Amino acid sequence: MTTVIFFLPFLLLFVVFGVYAERKISAFIQDRYGPMEVGYYGLLQTVADLLKLIQKEDIVPDKADRKLFLIAPIVIFIVIFTSFSLLPLSPDWQGSSVQTGVFFLMAIISLDVIGIIMAGWASNNKFSLLGAIRSAAQIIAYEVPLTLSILCVLVITQTLDLQTISYQQGIWSTVITDEPNYLFGLAVTNINITEVGGILTWNVVRMPLLFLVWVIYFISSLAECNRAPFDLPEAESELVAGFQTEYSGFRWSIVALSEYAMMLLVSLLGVILFFGSWNTPLPNLGNIELATWTSGTLGSPSAYLWGIFWLVSKTFVMIFLQMWARWTFPRVRIDQLMSLGWKYLTPIALIFLLFCSIWRLLML
Amino acid sequence: MISAYWKNIKSTFTTSFLGLKTTFRHFREAAVSRKTLSIQDSKYFKQDKGLMTLQYPQESFPVPDNGRYKLHNEIDDCIVCDKCAKICPVDCIDIEPIKATGTFGYTLDGTPKRIHAAKFDIDMGKCCFCGLCTTVCPTECLTMTKSFDFSEYDVDDHNYSFATMTPLEILQKKQELEEFNHEKQQSQTSPKTDITKPKVKVVRPVPKVKKSDSSEEKPSKPKFKPRPMMKRKKKDD
Repeated sequence: MTTVIFFLPFLLLFVVFGVYAERKISAFIQDRYGPMEVGYYGLLQTVADLLKLIQKEDIVPDKADRKLFLIAPIVIFIVIFTSFSLLPLSPDWQGSSVQTGVFFLMAIISLDVIGIIMAGWASNNKFSLLGAIRSAAQIIAYEVPLTLSILCVLVITQTLDLQTISYQQGIWSTVITDEPNYLFGLAVTNINITEVGGILTWNVVRMPLLFLVWVIYFISSLAECNRAPFDLPEAESELVAGFQTEYSGFRWSIVALSEYAMMLLVSLLGVILFFGSWNTPLPNLGNIELATWTSGTLGSPSAYLWGIFWLVSKTFVMIFLQMWARWTFPRVRIDQLMSLGWKYLTPIALIFLLFCSIWRLLML
Repeated sequence: MISAYWKNIKSTFTTSFLGLKTTFRHFREAAVSRKTLSIQDSKYFKQDKGLMTLQYPQESFPVPDNGRYKLHNEIDDCIVCDKCAKICPVDCIDIEPIKATGTFGYTLDGTPKRIHAAKFDIDMGKCCFCGLCTTVCPTECLTMTKSFDFSEYDVDDHNYSFATMTPLEILQKKQELEEFNHEKQQSQTSPKTDITKPKVKVVRPVPKVKKSDSSEEKPSKPKFKPRPMMKRKKKDD
């Protein structure tokens, strides 16, 4: 459980620079500079914004349901921050070692919607309520393909423990299992890559179709985070700010913090499940032992540092993808959102679940 | 029905990739930013890549030397003819002339100066930048300069005064003129041809100026004559 020492400051730092990165990326995509004035190249812009937010008055509308209104942002944040307790950071540094890690994580994330509905309902504002209802509909619709895509991975890994899943995808798989890793996970190929490691033992390569499953995961995780193009719950152009309309100052910044924390969480989970967790992408090639060099020695601080480095850098690539998608695609309509979720992602995820099950049979 | 389903998936992928490609191209090109070239530069319109924003106070596009923005009056060359004030369609030039008792100087192009400018104010807040004042200026002392950034915190600061006379000088010149007029009136009431002869030579330009000056004040605004055009239209309806 010591990962909280890492995650809480990391999360705050990430939000500060994540917002900055988001602004810069959006600016570059639109041929602008973005923030330039505060600090070198605008680096301290978010810090200045945060200072401003904290100074603001904590307004509770007269007709709002006061108790619910005040605790809703905290519920949202607690729910998301709890999920961080499960994530492994490096081979020896793991959050809560729950046997049913992924299941618990999915269950906890689903509670997020309760916080959102609380916020929307308690605000006693038509925009907030509409945003909250949209959010509920959206999260229920997208929980299904998200869960199915995660299930595809779990069929391959045969475990719900996030740390075990991580171990399986690298050169240290021998620590937890005696089963060797074959190329594409197939014993038929008879190419043992247990010692090669690197990108070849990542889940997306062990079962190549998982890449398409990851696309489903990515799309539904965007919807789960309420991010563009699925940001209907807070659609600025139609609902002011959706369920956060009535919030101000510190409470609003907690909502914003949770939003970025959610982004980070689904990116981390995506990396752990599909892209080799804390494992290095560089394989051992004969005498050039890139994987061993870039993994450190198990049990020593070098393993911690390399593990965190690879996990975090892969996560940042995922977050860049999320931001890139946000500034590329326009918001979908509610009916388009539902049709995408129920008519396309869910059946396709089911088909991939079938494929993954068959693949798993071949892996034996 | 089924084929439409697969077509939708296909078009989703192709169009999404197209969109992502486009935005990523812009993201990559953000490494370059547009250079602050003058519009007269041949490369000016060929810069279609990179960051387009001009970080204005820190950098700005070079303005042509003959840019026509802020008005400037070279008061030493001004003969206070009031033409600029008269032509100005928005009445942003405010001049207070004091006739001199004689020619007190010459402009750079040799025009004699016979009127002092007690006040020569241009309110750039009212100016419409038509440039008519500069075209009518006989000595070309009133020009438009290439300075364009003259925003102010107080709207009154948009009023630029070009007159250089001190209040004391203005008072002196006014007194001189009064005395001069007084003397002239006396001389007109009792004309003595003998004495005025040498004086006339010096004073001759003054009545001319006086005439022009008096004519300046007379045609203030043409009287408004309502035209019956609107009424005609109404009748047609």
